Amino acid sequence: MSTPTQQPTRDPGPGGRGTLATGTTRKGDAVFKGTSTGAGVLILLVLAGVAAFLIGQSIPALTASPEDLPEGQTVTAYVWPLLFGTVLAAIIALLVATPIAVGIGLFISHFAPRRAAQTLGYLVDLLAAVPSIVYGIWGAVVLSAWLVPIYQWLERNAGFLPFFDGPALPSGRTMLTAGLVLAVMILPIITALSRDVFLQTPRLHEEAALALGATRWEMIRYAVIPYGRSGVVSAAMLGLGRALGETMAVALVLSGARIITFDLIGAANPLTIAANIALAFPESSGLTTNTLIASGLALFIITFLVNFAARWIVSRSGAKA
Amino acid sequence: MNRRTFRRAAVPAALALSLGLAACSGENETTTTGGEGTSTSDLSGSIAGAGASTQTAAQQTWAAGFNAENPDVTVNYDPVGSGAGREQFLNGGVPFAGSDAYLDEEELAASEERCAGGNAIDLPVYVSPISVAYNLPGVENLQLSPTTLANIFNGTITTWNDPAITADNPGATLPDTRINPVHRSDDSGTTENFTDYLHATAPEAWTAEPDGEWPLQTGEAAQGTSGVVQAIGAGEGSIGYADESQVAASDLQAAALKVGENWVAPSAEAAATALDSSSRVEGRPEGDIAIEIDRTTTADGAYPLFIVSYAIACTAYEDATQGELVKSYLTYVTSEEGQQAAAERAGSAPISDQLREDITTSLDMIGA
Amino acid sequence: MTTTTGKSPREVLAAVDQPLSKAALPGWTPWALLAASVLVAVAVLLPGGTSIAAVAVLTAIVHLVLTGAVSRAKEGPRKAKDRVVTALVTIAFLLAMVPLVSVVWTVVSNGAARFDATFFTWSMQGVLGEGGGGLHAIWGTILVTLIATLISVPVGLLTAVYLVEYGGKSTLARAITFLVDVMTGIPSIVAGLFVAALFVILVGPGTKLGIMGSIALSVLMIPVVVRSTEEMLKLVPNDLREAAYALGVPKWRTIIKVVLRTSISGIATGITLAVARVAGETAPLLVTVGTTVATNFNPFEGRMATLPVYAYYSYTQPGVPPQPGIDRAWTAALVLIILVMALNLAARMISRFFSPKAGR
Repeated sequence: MSTPTQQPTRDPGPGGRGTLATGTTRKGDAVFKGTSTGAGVLILLVLAGVAAFLIGQSIPALTASPEDLPEGQTVTAYVWPLLFGTVLAAIIALLVATPIAVGIGLFISHFAPRRAAQTLGYLVDLLAAVPSIVYGIWGAVVLSAWLVPIYQWLERNAGFLPFFDGPALPSGRTMLTAGLVLAVMILPIITALSRDVFLQTPRLHEEAALALGATRWEMIRYAVIPYGRSGVVSAAMLGLGRALGETMAVALVLSGARIITFDLIGAANPLTIAANIALAFPESSGLTTNTLIASGLALFIITFLVNFAARWIVSRSGAKA
Repeated sequence: MNRRTFRRAAVPAALALSLGLAACSGENETTTTGGEGTSTSDLSGSIAGAGASTQTAAQQTWAAGFNAENPDVTVNYDPVGSGAGREQFLNGGVPFAGSDAYLDEEELAASEERCAGGNAIDLPVYVSPISVAYNLPGVENLQLSPTTLANIFNGTITTWNDPAITADNPGATLPDTRINPVHRSDDSGTTENFTDYLHATAPEAWTAEPDGEWPLQTGEAAQGTSGVVQAIGAGEGSIGYADESQVAASDLQAAALKVGENWVAPSAEAAATALDSSSRVEGRPEGDIAIEIDRTTTADGAYPLFIVSYAIACTAYEDATQGELVKSYLTYVTSEEGQQAAAERAGSAPISDQLREDITTSLDMIGA
Repeated sequence: MTTTTGKSPREVLAAVDQPLSKAALPGWTPWALLAASVLVAVAVLLPGGTSIAAVAVLTAIVHLVLTGAVSRAKEGPRKAKDRVVTALVTIAFLLAMVPLVSVVWTVVSNGAARFDATFFTWSMQGVLGEGGGGLHAIWGTILVTLIATLISVPVGLLTAVYLVEYGGKSTLARAITFLVDVMTGIPSIVAGLFVAALFVILVGPGTKLGIMGSIALSVLMIPVVVRSTEEMLKLVPNDLREAAYALGVPKWRTIIKVVLRTSISGIATGITLAVARVAGETAPLLVTVGTTVATNFNPFEGRMATLPVYAYYSYTQPGVPPQPGIDRAWTAALVLIILVMALNLAARMISRFFSPKAGR
């Protein structure tokens, strides 16, 4: 549409299609190329639109005087504790999920019987198919109840650490529970990606290691892991991006406050940006809405950066391999 | 699986969808659109309200009851929150609003433009006691004085066998379980009324001003009334505040509060008694009924920890039919039948006959 | 490769040099050790009263220690390490199965109570307390997801065609590829906020419409469709394209009749997975579509109920008494899980039964 008169720039073969093509087909080509280019450009516009509208709707909150904003704080002061909670929950999730996901990735790619491997892979993928709302209710009802005795034990035996300072919350709906639910949710993502990289390890490297008398673990240690390291790092980054933005699971498990604390098992827990939006947005109006959109903008920027970094690592390692 | 099969499948699918949809509403919905002709009502149309989520259950009950009497009228209530409800009402988005707070001076002034020459009126149609619920197996009929309650929620009292609690409960054996106070995480009328109660009855122990947002950083936070009830139920030793109806429907116990020299358990009647001993706010426009709740009342059998939620309407509407609908809907809402239905379904306290008379007088101003 | 006459090579080797074949534990050893570990765990924990979880945890620890010790004594440290790692990764896998089993079990056992005809034929109009259903929410989910699919598939498909067939290494194509990658990471709530912000400007504050939810879901769905379609188009051998060109078929017809047709099953798989991903989304619908009690078939007018949001509100605001509302929430969650799992299964079926046998 935008380039109706352009000659076909990439002739597919030396056949000189131009001489055979009639006017109508060339027109068809132009239209088709125009539409598909348009679709691509539309995506750019949508992404630009996301940024533009979020910024546009944040400006009233950013420029308003603090007295008119929720709790009489500036937007920065409002978002800061939420940002802390977001990062804290995501880091817990990442620390828990990554080692397990790498283990599962290795199990499926190198340890499980070949015949069963694919089915076992599906089982892990099923974890990704459970909707987040279901994880949320499950976390609030089942998991938190499981964890209460563990939290009480942690408070008694590891209470000297600031993380387990307590007093342990009797309902178990704490930051650590939220982090663990997030860990379950990002587990299939990290697993799938790291499994794929492990499977791509050149067969020759593996066989060479085995031929030298290496045990299976030594082969993995010296052939598979070095090969897959950057893949695992980027998988973890993508999982981090997902954990940062996950909403409903946190909103249901953790109805926290906007505070900053490292106590992971206590009564007062920092809320995350996404959960706070989900909880507050449906009943918000006026500048509160703008403030929430501003917090969404902050979340957008953070996840954008994390994903950007993840892709950058992939592309860099891809160039090397 | 190619494009042609897709196309072949798509046309009948779209057809079936558009034809079938009309017949796909819920079985419970078909009756309401019929208009059997048995009704004597000649009202028809639809009105929408928006506002406090406190009233959601009651508004749904009223909408269903009103719809049964007037089959051609649909009432929708959008629980967007009190502030958003008042805002939408004032800019003409909805013909009536539900709000946990009455309109302030500024909003009243703004209402004159919206109300076609009239003004907005606040009508207290929803009254509900707030229970102090606790989860402490083996301990029944807990009694708490306002100061003890305030000290529990501000974190001064940390265990159940604290001398202050024992003093309030002579003869009871209390465990040394840790107290876990639970509060609402969202901005709510319930929190505002609870903190108002603490501030009025225990000013030394509770210094924070009444606010819809919980003023402290301690204690467990939970979303919504049912979130609070669930959190208390999930944790032994927890205590919190929630609508009486929700607490009564759970297995939680509700504490009796000290009023004057007596201990009063939460109930619809006790809240209604306390409402009657409260005064009206002075200097409001004619027809407006704003209640100044007397938290420190010592009236016999009064339970001063309750919430009053208002319906806000105009005395005049540009669209007279809309005014007529709002008027008849709110008349149903305040009727004995409407109040009774809400009491059963939403656990509210039915308003007194005196208050009903006053509201009816106000409603008569609409469109007059 | 065994010879029937004389000595086998293995026997010869064994005779020549003993140390080459080190002592190895028999194949059943891990299972025997596991059984022993279970016994130890039960024996230790049973006197104090115990739970399955505690036994499982202790079994895992005892098993790791036992395996390490036995293998080290018998086979040496290298082999022991190998066995311990094997046990560790197996435990990691089993650990991941715990939440899966627990989630499915919880939802099925709690959701079964209201998984009845009423749930699928009733909405919540005029329903208070017991009874009522999720028909309006089921229709809402179908409509919102369907419209999102109708928006996303053409855009996603055409973008992928552009990237593979036209874009080449141009700056535009590289920018699109990169941003599509980034877009897959947009938090769903942000997509919802974007649409909410957009409609504040277009219509006014507080607007909630079915179409807004569809647009929000499209923002999440398009990148998934683009990525999966792109992968599929890249798999189409160039020979096919060149053969078509050689016959004088114009490029656009080649793409439609040859390239897309060859890869259609893979594309359909990708689209189905994308639908499955967005059908369970709650957060964007919460801020754009809201909820209502009656069936609403008009995406351009008024709020719509959808299954995830219905489950959310039924759980968080169950009404009085709460139990019927909570039961409905679990059933809605169950229906949602069944829907999403069915879509995932459908995707696998499509790719298994309709895909051309590619060499891999």
